[in-house]
Amino acid sequence: MAEYNSSLIEEFSDIWVFCEQRDGKLMPTDYELISEGRKLADQRGSKLIGLLLGGEGIENAAKELGGYGADKIIVCEDPALAVYTNEAYTNVVCDIVMERKPEVLLIGASNIGRDLGPRCAARLHTGLTADCTHLDIDMNTYVDFLDKNSNVDVANTDFQMEDVNMKMTRPAFGGHLMATIICPRFRPCMATVRPGVLKKADFDQAKAEACEVEVVRPAINAADIHEKVLEVVKEAKEVVDLIGADVVVSIGNGASKDIETAKKLAQELADALGGGVVGSSRALVDAGLMDADRQVGQTGKTVHPKVYVALGISGAIQHKAGMDNSELIIAVNKNEGEPIFEVADYGLVGDLFKVVPEMIEAIKAVK
Amino acid sequence: MILDQKHARFQKLCRQFAETEFTKELLDKLEETGDFDWDIFKKMAKYGFCGVKIPKEYGGAGGDYLSYAILVEEFARVSPVLSIYANTSNSLGGGPLMLAGSEEQKQKYLPPVAKGEQIMSFALTEPGAGSDAGGTTTRAVEQEDGSFILNGRKTFISGAPMSDYCIVFAKTDPSQKGSRGISMFVLDMHLPGVSLGKPEHKMGIKGYPTCDVIMEDVHVPADALVGKKDKGFGYAMQTLDGGRLGMAAQGVGIAQGCLEEAVKYAKERKQFGRPIANFQAISFMLADMATETEAARQLVYHAAELKDAGKDAGMACSMAKYFAAEAANHVAYKAVQIHGGYGYISEYKVERFYRDARIVPIYEGTSQVQQMVISGMLLK
Amino acid sequence: MKIYVCVKQVPDTSGVVAVNPDGTMNRSKMPTIINPDDLNAMEAALQLKESEGATVVAVSMGPPQAMEMMRELLAMGADEAVLVSGREFGGSDTFATSQIIAGAIHHMGIGEGDLILCGRQAIDGDTAQVGPQIAEKLHLPQVTYATEIKKDGDTYTVRRALEDGYMNIQVKSPCLITCIKELNEPRYMTVAGVFEADDKPLTILDYPALKDEPLIEADTIGLKGSPTNIFKSFNPPVKGQGEMLQGTEKEMAAALAEKLSAKHVI
Repeated sequence: MAEYNSSLIEEFSDIWVFCEQRDGKLMPTDYELISEGRKLADQRGSKLIGLLLGGEGIENAAKELGGYGADKIIVCEDPALAVYTNEAYTNVVCDIVMERKPEVLLIGASNIGRDLGPRCAARLHTGLTADCTHLDIDMNTYVDFLDKNSNVDVANTDFQMEDVNMKMTRPAFGGHLMATIICPRFRPCMATVRPGVLKKADFDQAKAEACEVEVVRPAINAADIHEKVLEVVKEAKEVVDLIGADVVVSIGNGASKDIETAKKLAQELADALGGGVVGSSRALVDAGLMDADRQVGQTGKTVHPKVYVALGISGAIQHKAGMDNSELIIAVNKNEGEPIFEVADYGLVGDLFKVVPEMIEAIKAVK
Repeated sequence: MILDQKHARFQKLCRQFAETEFTKELLDKLEETGDFDWDIFKKMAKYGFCGVKIPKEYGGAGGDYLSYAILVEEFARVSPVLSIYANTSNSLGGGPLMLAGSEEQKQKYLPPVAKGEQIMSFALTEPGAGSDAGGTTTRAVEQEDGSFILNGRKTFISGAPMSDYCIVFAKTDPSQKGSRGISMFVLDMHLPGVSLGKPEHKMGIKGYPTCDVIMEDVHVPADALVGKKDKGFGYAMQTLDGGRLGMAAQGVGIAQGCLEEAVKYAKERKQFGRPIANFQAISFMLADMATETEAARQLVYHAAELKDAGKDAGMACSMAKYFAAEAANHVAYKAVQIHGGYGYISEYKVERFYRDARIVPIYEGTSQVQQMVISGMLLK
Repeated sequence: MKIYVCVKQVPDTSGVVAVNPDGTMNRSKMPTIINPDDLNAMEAALQLKESEGATVVAVSMGPPQAMEMMRELLAMGADEAVLVSGREFGGSDTFATSQIIAGAIHHMGIGEGDLILCGRQAIDGDTAQVGPQIAEKLHLPQVTYATEIKKDGDTYTVRRALEDGYMNIQVKSPCLITCIKELNEPRYMTVAGVFEADDKPLTILDYPALKDEPLIEADTIGLKGSPTNIFKSFNPPVKGQGEMLQGTEKEMAAALAEKLSAKHVI
């Protein structure tokens, strides 16, 4: 292996995406990241390569990723990679990165990605930006992004248009601020990317077939692995697809005095609006009244449905961070001073237990 | 006064504990049932709140009067009744033993009280002897072997139903007049002849039952006598001195709790198209409330400082108790007023504060008794 | 057994947030708290101390103002507290921070049977990177997102949360575990702890104390040693004021339905 020096940045090229699998199945973030990676590769004029680690036969899952834009998938196959362990995965990923020197490495910010990413970045001596929600390489697209999504006076700001550092944008301080991070002196430039934020491209069968698959059989030394996975348990929870829902009706503190009725009303309202799911503020989750997988916000899920309804939610900044990109926001709260009304398209001041039944009836009447 | 780091840290602990543990559900339950809540008491005990002011060698934390005042204030800010839970062992319960108990008595009674394993109450008041404790008619007759037979009735004894022991004052020498000839005993509540009246229905402080303690030919051993015989009244007065500081702190806590509720409500509530806080009639009321609360707090902290410095604090404690108790009521009154009709409804915190505040100028020496103490010292 | 608990002092972002005119957060105007997940790590350490016997050492990197936080950790039950503090350490990103903390832990010594516990992530950065990066730099195995920790001799069995379930992982100490709020209910300080905290050892490790550590080099610490830089920070644009519907519940609901219908939402 050639000498690896992360500061010799000109030696690095291509956009890589770490593709996560569980149980031999690709994760939804893989499609999102490959789709985004394609855009970045086009901006940079380089190749997009997926890196997929797994057990025997995982190769078969690889080609599909080509349909979302990957030029090539490197498949590292070994029985020891069937189930994620930090050490085996870190060793394999770092070895191949040191050998092939990608310029960019994206990882989904799942519980596994956020276990793997920092460890790899530390070993590779490079920077890692956590939980990104937006990525650019080309300065023009970044400036365009700033123009649409920030208070920055773009026209009166100097940008070095030839800058090809990946610009990684993420919320900071619980969503109060946005920060764009760069990693100018080291490669690969690494980012974990928040699930559900980047849009998946349309699947293209022709591209999938054209996608090159290279199978690598990494050398895994059992003596290097100090952790043992005793079991992996899937919890048979009702799957709540907050991220994919067209309508999300969330309840907050105002619902706590009669949570069951509130849940029922929220679901009925979601149904009246065309079908959707019930979300929750952090307060109700912390109070044990709602499951954590329904939490919308900075520490929960980021949603962007067509319609978001906030019932009895004050709209703390950390909640808004998870929903303010919804296409249409309706807020119901007893107190008209609450910040939720600042992001709402329509605000209704009143007790949710009284207002929501009227809303359901009125919507049904109009339909 | 500016709290040093240690006291500021202790204040933070008390506030965190009270704000997190004294939930609306718990407070409503106390209010509805009037029963003592053992779970929250055990939790307070686990963290050491019952032994704040009890010396380390007797199982406590060895804190000072200022810490004790902070504890009661911070707990009362969220729940006046729960401030009593942690107060008694540090004050009227453990106080007399710390003051006058023999080494054996301290070793025997204080550690379980400091750890919250046992509860000790304080029985001075009688049906005919309230502010005038000299009117005590409970009798303790010394036997030949040095033991005593107790007869009498104590009234409004807070915590009596849960108590394992009770500090009882009884006349041992009827030939001495008034407050003289009274002795202090530690009464085992499980002894034959001890019985309880039924819990009183109170205006406030619900959840800390109060009832009469009746003694009929209760035979207590010689070592139940605490301190010197016939000198009990002095111990009672000294204990109440410290207790006053605690109840003054309770007044500050209630006032602070009311003030915060009122500020919050005044900013939220809109009338005539703007928050009512924008009306001078309301904002000036808030200014008065804040000023009176802070003045009360400084009197309390100052009295605690004097006591901790070993200085004579009798007058300072009475002033603090008098002022803070009255302030709590003024502030609670205004808080209810600012809330308007909602302040009269039990869903709002100020309604409960208002009722709880009413006892503060009454127990552990009424405001008028404090005025007597203060003026007595001025004019002596 | 020695248990290091890594702790960060963070601005309380749950309340009112003070913002400078340039859009950055005004940390000095905001109350600080102990990072919530770190309290779960501290609780886990104290439980292990109670059941197995251990010396619990709280470690933090930050300005001298973090001293009082360290006292609070001592008041919770930590035996020692160490604040890594120095101008040279300022401006560190997660890479440089983990380098410094790993250097400090190495300086204090980590051996057979020892454990490092961290919170999953800090609420000011939400990166969840420092824990794993400390583990890498000390060549220790790591388990993140712990919701249950069982000790059997020098083996830990950790339940690690996944989005769709969990996995049980066995590791031998020394190792590093990051904790999430489902792991336990952090205790408060205790009354006795509050009064004793001032008498417990609280040490400051500054740059001169650590400069001979192999991990502490000028190009791996502080702003200069940080691979990542902030390119720009900005506020999301303020959304135009929406419309407050008026009238009774029924009237508001009817007005809403009409508007949704006009927009073809329903």
